[in-house]
Amino acid sequence: MNMEVIGKSVIRKEAQEKVTGRALYTHDYHSTRKLSGRVVLSPYAHARITSIDTSNARKVTGVRAILTGENIALTGESMRDRPPLATDKVRYHGEAVVLVVADTPAQGDLAASLINIQYELLPVVHTPTQAFQNNAPLVHERLGEYKKEKDVYPVPGTNIAHHVKIRKGNVEKGLAESSVTVEAEYSFSPSDHAAMETRSSIAEIRPDGTIKIMTSSQAPFMVKQLIASYFNEDLGKIVVDTPLVGGAYGGKAAVQLELLAYLGSKAVGGLPVEIFNEREQDIIMSPCHIGLDAKVKIGADPNGIIKAMKIQFLWDGGAYSDKLIDLTRAGAVDCTGPYKVENVWCDSYGMYTNHTYATPFRGFSHSELSFAIERTVDLLAKKLQIDPLELRYRNAIKPGHTTPTRVLLNQSNVGNLQECIEKLRKLIRWEEGQVKEINERLVRVKGISCSWKTSTIDPNAPSGVILTFNRDGSINLMSGVVEIGTGTKTVLAQILAEKMKMNVEKIHVRMKVDTQTTPEHWKTVASRGIYMAGRALLEAADDVIAQLKNIASIVLRAPTEDLEVANSRVFIKDNPRIGVDFKEICYGYQYPNGNSIGGQIIGRGNFILRHLTYLDPETGEGNPGPEWTVAAYGVEVEFDRRDLTYRLIRAASVIDIGIVLNEKAALGQVMGAMSMGLSFAGRETFYYDELGQVLNPQLRTYRPLRYGENPEYLVDFVYTPDLQAAYGARGVGEHGLLGMPGALGNALSLAANVSLHHLPLTPELIWKTKAGKV
Amino acid sequence: MKLHTINLNINDQVRTVTVRTGDTLLYTIREKLGLTGAKPGCLNGDCGACTINVDGWPMKSCLMMAVEGQGKQIKTIEGLGNTLIQQAFVEHFAFQCGYCTPGFIMNCHSLILKKPDADDSTIKEWLESNICRCTSYIEIETAVKSALEKNKHHSN
Amino acid sequence: MLSFDFDYYRPKTLQEAVGLFQNADRNGKKPMYISGATELLTLGRINLAFTEAAIDLKDIVEGNVMQFEQGYLVIGANLTLTKIEEANLFPLLTNTSSNIADHTARGKITLGGNICGQIFYREAVLPFLLADSQVVIVGPEGVTVKPLNEIFNEQLILKKGEFLIQVATDDRYIHAPFISIKRRQQWETGYPLITVAALKIDGEVRTAFSGLCPFPFRSKKMEAALNNHELSVKARIQSALAEVPSPILNDVEGSSEYRLFVLQNLLEDVLGAFD
Repeated sequence: MNMEVIGKSVIRKEAQEKVTGRALYTHDYHSTRKLSGRVVLSPYAHARITSIDTSNARKVTGVRAILTGENIALTGESMRDRPPLATDKVRYHGEAVVLVVADTPAQGDLAASLINIQYELLPVVHTPTQAFQNNAPLVHERLGEYKKEKDVYPVPGTNIAHHVKIRKGNVEKGLAESSVTVEAEYSFSPSDHAAMETRSSIAEIRPDGTIKIMTSSQAPFMVKQLIASYFNEDLGKIVVDTPLVGGAYGGKAAVQLELLAYLGSKAVGGLPVEIFNEREQDIIMSPCHIGLDAKVKIGADPNGIIKAMKIQFLWDGGAYSDKLIDLTRAGAVDCTGPYKVENVWCDSYGMYTNHTYATPFRGFSHSELSFAIERTVDLLAKKLQIDPLELRYRNAIKPGHTTPTRVLLNQSNVGNLQECIEKLRKLIRWEEGQVKEINERLVRVKGISCSWKTSTIDPNAPSGVILTFNRDGSINLMSGVVEIGTGTKTVLAQILAEKMKMNVEKIHVRMKVDTQTTPEHWKTVASRGIYMAGRALLEAADDVIAQLKNIASIVLRAPTEDLEVANSRVFIKDNPRIGVDFKEICYGYQYPNGNSIGGQIIGRGNFILRHLTYLDPETGEGNPGPEWTVAAYGVEVEFDRRDLTYRLIRAASVIDIGIVLNEKAALGQVMGAMSMGLSFAGRETFYYDELGQVLNPQLRTYRPLRYGENPEYLVDFVYTPDLQAAYGARGVGEHGLLGMPGALGNALSLAANVSLHHLPLTPELIWKTKAGKV
Repeated sequence: MKLHTINLNINDQVRTVTVRTGDTLLYTIREKLGLTGAKPGCLNGDCGACTINVDGWPMKSCLMMAVEGQGKQIKTIEGLGNTLIQQAFVEHFAFQCGYCTPGFIMNCHSLILKKPDADDSTIKEWLESNICRCTSYIEIETAVKSALEKNKHHSN
Repeated sequence: MLSFDFDYYRPKTLQEAVGLFQNADRNGKKPMYISGATELLTLGRINLAFTEAAIDLKDIVEGNVMQFEQGYLVIGANLTLTKIEEANLFPLLTNTSSNIADHTARGKITLGGNICGQIFYREAVLPFLLADSQVVIVGPEGVTVKPLNEIFNEQLILKKGEFLIQVATDDRYIHAPFISIKRRQQWETGYPLITVAALKIDGEVRTAFSGLCPFPFRSKKMEAALNNHELSVKARIQSALAEVPSPILNDVEGSSEYRLFVLQNLLEDVLGAFD
């Protein structure tokens, strides 16, 4: 296909706003009447609240209301287990206990510091493995009583919030038939998204009952739905605005501050109340990146062909189940990694612990499970003395194979992993060897990994697009996708420009989402923005084209079949000189005598995913998502064998992207995700003390990668179109991240000559592992 | 409350503003003067999102009290007019969500001003003061180097 | 932003500063001298610092000098670390200080603030400990000059109302061979796991550390061990390790056991650098 706009590095539509400081994010919207909601956080991870004394705080000038948790409905996306403000007991360090609404943040803080809360400490559940033990303290004593969706399977009397079973083939038989098996355990603690814009929400209730919310969110439509459902509000009276979002990475898919802002506003007669997370609060109170304890057993034949995999995931969901349910399922459906495995047994448990509760993190359980799987695949390669790249190539998933949930793969719904591996082999110069000696101390070592991912989103998730015209013939594009930094809105403009064969400058995209006037896009998550909104957009474009041709056929006195649309014009195919400009017909055509026909052209399109199903509760069988993007990765480190320190030299990703829609934007997505993955793999984690308190809730102690610590990035693509997607494009926003922990772990395990099973991969971890101290 | 009425020279204008002594310059320029280009990322001097220029040098505006700003030449991103570094950020896709961008640009702007011949190690020393969570930093590196290069041509 | 209110003073002279302190103290205002104010702002916002009277020393001329006087390099305590690094009159100091926080923050953090700060790394003091520098202290009793090593014990021991205004360092040490290494938990940003500064003078190696213990220090016993030329390098290091003061830090940056492993390698590098 010869593309005019698709694939070009079209400059982002919001670029000038962003480089001039004029771009507005939620906390940048000012009104003098905006009150400040400050939250008192729990200092303990598990404790009974014995008393709350707010009397001194109420005396502070400017304090309008002080709220505690009694009589507020329980919340939670799949299971209602979470009070917006803790009642009876606190379940994590940082949990919101009291909300103070004051005229200014300083007054609110002063009042908050005067609130006296008495706690009685309870035993702390520190890890999902501990949570899984029979005698573990219970995080939720009344688990059986919570209201939940039908496909949620908690086990009352335990800390299991959800259990997903994958039973495919006969795993015992597969293991028995294997000539070699490897088995290993892995674990890592929760960590953080650390978006540079901390979360914030403003709510007000207008005199007519309209609930207006502005929020830094990936899911404004979900905010509306959940507030209506939790608090019995009229859905149509809730309007959620989301301006530009300053980074999200899954962390802003959860609904939390919106609820506090709403409750705060309700307590002060509907005045606007803002909850703005300072960094420490954003890190410990708002939901975080999930941790995992995993056990993996792989059986294979002498050629390394995998016969069976037995897997247990204990996800560290923290104190509440909110998105844990979906994360537990997502980890299960792709549990084997991108390999053909006939016999699979996987138990994926969403576990409650006394940690900050978890929410999606770029990759949605996949970078986490990949670390466990890809390290074990390398152990298998080592045991069999087979080149790890070759071993992956031999087992790579292909059309004709089935996934753990028994979806039959075809040329369209899975990318070409073997081609990714082949391209990776060249990109990282694998033939030069995995290990290169520099000197007595330094050695350069490469590690590799692979990944796949489908998007386990709601089977009925919608996306809609509306197109309107300006009188000059330019088009306004409205989609409910939130601009979280991925450039989706610009890419949508490119898709429309390509489809309409018009100048992309003549397409104006609405950056903000407003749930009253923007058509719904389920959530801006799961690399599904372009996939879903792109299809809705193409339908809307077809709608517009049909309307344009209808009116033009009257004006031009030619059948619609003879008409063509390009360059903001409708014209006769075989005689382009005969035509009419958009601007002459998009608001109706007027004859010289004043008679008018037609009218304003409004295009509409929508998309809903096809054939997705719930999973069978006993076997896991079912169709969880639309397509699998596959990828192969390499990381090269320079390792110091004396100090056990290392530098990141190069990182490579080869992703089957289907098609590149905007080259620089796509590279940016992939490299940015790789950077985040290396940062997670190499440095990011929460450190807890024996009381379960987070010891590093600031960016000086929780440290994302900085300028200059990054390696060189190598990115290549494979182009296997997804026939269901706009121009064949596959999701790509997350995939650069998925293989980084595994590839880095594999490189360092080889470099240090020790098998590494934890994250982050710090020099101290390597030292401890070598010394047998972990 | 300890209120002080002070004059701040911001973006070549003198602005009179009443502040608490405990107000940071960041809080003041955002909440009192409406200059929201500087972003609160940590309020703790750790992330660089609130970086502005004070007397030509980069400054984390959360690490400065408003009362300390008297007598200083303060420049925020709103005071830049289509500079080389802004153009370079656009051209090289050196941002995604854009939240860290004003801080990065102000740091780079100061770097170009103070160290027009900056080498890799100086660029690194300066730019590791800011966190970008979206890009890989390579894009920012490309942008700042191209702006430094163009700046040399302009100055010569 | 700080939620508490305080008086803010900008004295121009030493006497004025001390007078303001004493007056505020008499009124129970828990006065605090500040110069860069970064700790007041960052620790104050999480209730780890408090004052009702902040006395900002940055306009006092004596605190802003940076010059050689009679064989001594005199550096004002109100100078920002960036200014000191830009002038680069004391290369070991530049080397050590340029790893503190980050470049932009160092444009606000002052020498005095770092040395007298609550945050216990205080890495800027290490070169001065090695160089037997003199400190100029101002207080109710006037201006006094004291050897740093006499009044630095984990921190600068100041009496109520006193503040550091200058540090003077003998020229001899400025030109001595040196090395400074900062090792972090991972890669190149963050607090120190261990920072070591070392210089060699009169044939002897001197070492000072930050991050190893919850205070910076220079240990004569460790130096004696490191300079015991009758022993092999390995044995010298082992005997120095035995002299590390306690407690050894055990925190999110690293366990105490691991710190000892790192220290051992660092000492090897330090001795190697002066061979």
